[in-house]
Amino acid sequence: MSLRNYFHSMEPHFEKGGKYEKYYPIFEMVETIFFTSNTVTKVAPHARSFVDMKRVMTYVVISTIPCVLWALYNTGLQTNSALATVGIESQSGWRISLLQFIGLGISPESLVSNVFHGLLYFLPIYLTTLIAGGICEVTFATIRGHEVNEGFLVSSMLFALTLPASTPLWQVALGIAFGVVVGKEVFGGTGKNFLNPALTGRAFLYFAYPAYMSGDSIWTPVDGYSGATSLGIAAAEGYESLSNYGITWADAFFGTIQGSLGETSTLACAIGLVFLLLTKIANYRMVVGCLLGMIIFSSFLNWVGSDTNPMFSMPWYWHLVIGSYAFGLVFMVTEPVSGSHTNLGRYIYGALIGFMVVMIRVLNPAFPEGMMLAILFGNIFAPLIDHFVVMANIKRRTKFNVQTQ
Amino acid sequence: MSQTRKQLLTDPLVDNNPITLQVLGICSALAVTSSLNVAFVMSLAVIAVCGFSSLFISFLRHYIPNSIRIIVQMVIIASLVILVDQIIKAYAYEISKTLSVFVGLIITNCIVMGRAEAFAMKNKPFESFVDGVGNGLGYSLLLMSVGVIRELFGSGSLFGIMIFEPVSNGGWYVPNGLLLLPPSAFFIIGFIIWGVRTWKKSQVEAREYKIQTLEEH
Repeated sequence: MSLRNYFHSMEPHFEKGGKYEKYYPIFEMVETIFFTSNTVTKVAPHARSFVDMKRVMTYVVISTIPCVLWALYNTGLQTNSALATVGIESQSGWRISLLQFIGLGISPESLVSNVFHGLLYFLPIYLTTLIAGGICEVTFATIRGHEVNEGFLVSSMLFALTLPASTPLWQVALGIAFGVVVGKEVFGGTGKNFLNPALTGRAFLYFAYPAYMSGDSIWTPVDGYSGATSLGIAAAEGYESLSNYGITWADAFFGTIQGSLGETSTLACAIGLVFLLLTKIANYRMVVGCLLGMIIFSSFLNWVGSDTNPMFSMPWYWHLVIGSYAFGLVFMVTEPVSGSHTNLGRYIYGALIGFMVVMIRVLNPAFPEGMMLAILFGNIFAPLIDHFVVMANIKRRTKFNVQTQ
Repeated sequence: MSQTRKQLLTDPLVDNNPITLQVLGICSALAVTSSLNVAFVMSLAVIAVCGFSSLFISFLRHYIPNSIRIIVQMVIIASLVILVDQIIKAYAYEISKTLSVFVGLIITNCIVMGRAEAFAMKNKPFESFVDGVGNGLGYSLLLMSVGVIRELFGSGSLFGIMIFEPVSNGGWYVPNGLLLLPPSAFFIIGFIIWGVRTWKKSQVEAREYKIQTLEEH
């Protein structure tokens, strides 16, 4: 019996009146993995076109591939380099034993060793995200009777990429569960979330377990090794001193620096951005707005200058490549649901985030990184921006009518 | 009397809880629930103020001119709050420092004013007193529930006694720092309201709008 027939024979049990009526969402989820759905979207917030939700979400997942690959390589590279510095004798753990057992060894020069070592960090985090978040998602879909959405694949991938490699797995599970439930499901599921679910989970972890999410010792999962992020160094000593730590602009651009799993490489994010823009999944207005907001405000701060705060003098092209600015710009700012929906609003929304990220990075001493908070801030303001844009348009049209009468 | 005295006391606990159903008094519930000791003292203060203010306002209800009733109610409530504040300062100074302005802000707590307006102005003193205490208890119940969650998971202790040994002391528990920040009370109260309304369907509010589907156009 072919798979298609198998699903056909199963379907009556899950439809209204069937034995397993309650579990229809789970059936639907499994079926649409193999076959295109034969229903069309009926509810308001979705655009009705041939590009359905599944395709949109799949494109976004595809666009993260450069970041994922780089995450594997760079996590391995940083870990292996750190191990070479601290000495491998003082370290233990199943990853090192496994690498030595299969003969790959721990060498920062070996591409295979780096990627494989990175994989051993990325994979547990990603799988935990999928399982824990998936359980929440399926539970809600079953109780509420809506479809299990591909949007979750995006959220889980983005969430995993924003975490430091050393994050304990129980925190990963807790974070994504919070993100899925509070960031999305309580508002009615995908398409109705006003916050980015992945960032909601990330912010939860950031405030709940600050010792695991910020500082100098967490970015590389090697005991006793301390490596500050470029933003941390820049905040403490100014961006000029990054070269003392062997970090050039090119390093930051290609991403061989400390940071969360998938956020270090601006190049990988840029490849994802090009893909998203070409497929028209991402709206270029938000990207333009966000870049302009960041460039203008950081240039303004360069001009103002400060004797006590070295961050004032950091030029925009450094803001672009360090921290999670590029990653957030490509995958979070462009998220269509939680962003603004009017074209003018999109510019304003982007600019607000670009402005806020520099504001938090430079002027707020408590948080070295500002992208996550800036985007959540932007998410909250997006409906208000839309409201004003729409009202302004109505006002303009009314005036126009008066003149022509 | 439409309600018995027992109902007056027990209704506000779950069925007509001032926080979960009426969503009043949220401000102090956010601020004072990070440790149970503080939440407990705050609860006692609100029960006392709410009960006695209802009692006294009910005594005076026939003599209060309608046009200035709010001012008279405020004077009574404010006097009681000052009294309570002084007592807390005298007998629990450390806690009074943590509570700081929030004892004073009981004056503006909507629950106290709400009961005075909605109940004590129309009912006999004893019933009003029971109603005030009942609402105070309803407030306290929620305050203590939120406090238990926040203190237990936020610092691993209850009433300052260590339950989960935190990692910093060589234990296994990693305290959740978010729960010590006031915004976490928003989530917790939200979750509790969600739970209560799942349990008691009658408390669910009607939808304000409905997302339209294509067929309805």
